Amino acid sequence: MMEISAAVFLAGIASSAAPLILAALGETLTEKAGVINLSLDGAILLSAMAGFVVAARTGSMVVGFAAAAGTGMLATLVLVVISIYLGQSQVAVGFALTFLCRDLAYFLGAPFARTAGPQLSIVPVPILADLPIIGPVFFQHSLIVYTSFIAIPLLWFFIYRTPQGLVLRCVGENPEACWARGIQPRKIQTIYTLLGGALIGLAGAAFSLAIKPGWGRPQGCEGMGWIALALVIFGGWHPLKVAFGAYLFGFLQMSGIFLQDIFPSIPAQIFQVAPFPLMIFTLVLVHLGRDNKGRKFFLLRLLSGDPPDALGKNYRQV
Amino acid sequence: MKSRSIQARAGAAILQSVPIILLATGTVCLLLFALDFSPIAIIRAMAAGSLTSWLKFSQLLSIWVPLLLCSCGLLFTFRAGLWNIGIEGQVVMGAIGATILLRMNPGFLPPPITIIAAMAAACIGGSLWGLLAGILKSRGGVNEIFGGLGLNFVAQGIILYLIFGPWKRAGIASMSGTDIFARNLWLPTPVGWRVAPAALITAIAVFILSRLFLNHTRFGLKVKAVGLNPEASRLFHIHADRYGLFAIMVGGALAGLAGGLQVTGVYHRLIPSISSGYGYLGLLVVMLANYKSLPVPLITLFFAWLAAGSIQLPIMLRIDSSLSGVIQGACVLSALLVHGLRTRRQG
Repeated sequence: MMEISAAVFLAGIASSAAPLILAALGETLTEKAGVINLSLDGAILLSAMAGFVVAARTGSMVVGFAAAAGTGMLATLVLVVISIYLGQSQVAVGFALTFLCRDLAYFLGAPFARTAGPQLSIVPVPILADLPIIGPVFFQHSLIVYTSFIAIPLLWFFIYRTPQGLVLRCVGENPEACWARGIQPRKIQTIYTLLGGALIGLAGAAFSLAIKPGWGRPQGCEGMGWIALALVIFGGWHPLKVAFGAYLFGFLQMSGIFLQDIFPSIPAQIFQVAPFPLMIFTLVLVHLGRDNKGRKFFLLRLLSGDPPDALGKNYRQV
Repeated sequence: MKSRSIQARAGAAILQSVPIILLATGTVCLLLFALDFSPIAIIRAMAAGSLTSWLKFSQLLSIWVPLLLCSCGLLFTFRAGLWNIGIEGQVVMGAIGATILLRMNPGFLPPPITIIAAMAAACIGGSLWGLLAGILKSRGGVNEIFGGLGLNFVAQGIILYLIFGPWKRAGIASMSGTDIFARNLWLPTPVGWRVAPAALITAIAVFILSRLFLNHTRFGLKVKAVGLNPEASRLFHIHADRYGLFAIMVGGALAGLAGGLQVTGVYHRLIPSISSGYGYLGLLVVMLANYKSLPVPLITLFFAWLAAGSIQLPIMLRIDSSLSGVIQGACVLSALLVHGLRTRRQG
């Protein structure tokens, strides 16, 4: 009995963290190129709406997810034009964009609120799904959860083990040097900002079509974009650590649900905000881990990571 | 800097904002046409909902007051080069600070004194919450954007805890908030008004004082120096951290005051959504004002009109009220686009 509930608990973490992982990995890709995309929270909501409406209208999940990814890219295109090419503050544009996207999602999605829509079905992996514990935890999910599993090592490999990944990191660290070597920093930044946008869009559809199916106001994924942003910092701009952070957050949220059953007198909202002070606390720890004294502690060393040098600064091409 | 008259500067600013207004209006109208809505009908409905009587207009002003206060607070933090996203939490903590005093309601004090003390408590609550984000940045190395954001969620947790826990309504705790305060602790509001005159005067006074302080005092100049170049200001013996903390505390105090006025002047109790998103909206206002103080009262008035007018839209035209947010966002992004194009043309 205990064994089954532990498996259910872990499987719940794996699936509820899936959209967070997609969004946080997308943001990692963008920030590695030196661009900070603050529009995450609104863009997730807008693409969640687009994915839901398109999937409900066409009856096709694939088209729904594609529409969501497209919406995410379209939203980040605004950031590309105004910040990367016109040199306005990335923070300002991203912040305004997140609110525009959020209200646009509620405005355009209002006629579809609380209407029936499809939900991604669970596809157990043959043979592997029957394994005890491991089966239900890893191999009885919907396709988008498997995508999140695969995306983690894939992104790590791409960033740290391929020539394109090297170019990506170079642009984030020193765009001037890249320019001198014949690489166009703004072109690279555009590509990875849009790719990150597509992943953010997929995260939105993962919410509205799988994890929190349906559309309405509130949808239930509000605030998740901000968490994904914090996860990127928490993970020190490293895809594996970012994914670890996402699972940690999923764990805290799931334990909140369990703790709520144990302490029914404490309002549910307290457990929902509990991960945030913990997140701030770890960010402070991460900072302490950056100086030399902190590096001596294994745990702090593991957590620490430096942002790309040119993060948030627009490259002025002459 | 050339000292031009205020009229000349205002004229130049209006001329500069023409392309922004055209771009934003054009985009929003295109969107509305695509959805087969009539912009004229929408404007008419929004005007009918907010401008046709003093009662409705004072409703608009009751949105203008907290928005103007938050925007003034943000002028300080932006001047110091800080992105004070934690402002929502500062509004909430201000509201909590005011509620503490209003709930105590010491009988030996005349009610007006209690209200003034509650407003002071609101300022303190907001500024301490701002200070926390500031210390997290200067000592803990947590970027003020993420520290502030996290603290917003924490403040939301605290207010929910208070409303559902120690301050719960006699009988049953609910999202509708705490018990209503004694009538003599309400900010006096004349019959036919939706906004307390005292709140209105406070907001206007705060704006004038903020503007004077930021543009015409040595202290304001130092805050500006820190914002523009922290390294250089250190050479002039200006402690960047100290002025940054000062700015975020003033910003927090003004945001907290907005929260306190919402408690005693508008809702007469503490409710979970006491900030109503005015803090975030203030960030958009100051960005649209290009971080200058002069256009802030007008922009806040415009945003307050959008917010007040859009409440009627679902009833009159079956259009979702989030349209006001779409227009506000479109305005800010249009402004950023136009600024970008202008700086690019200038090289």
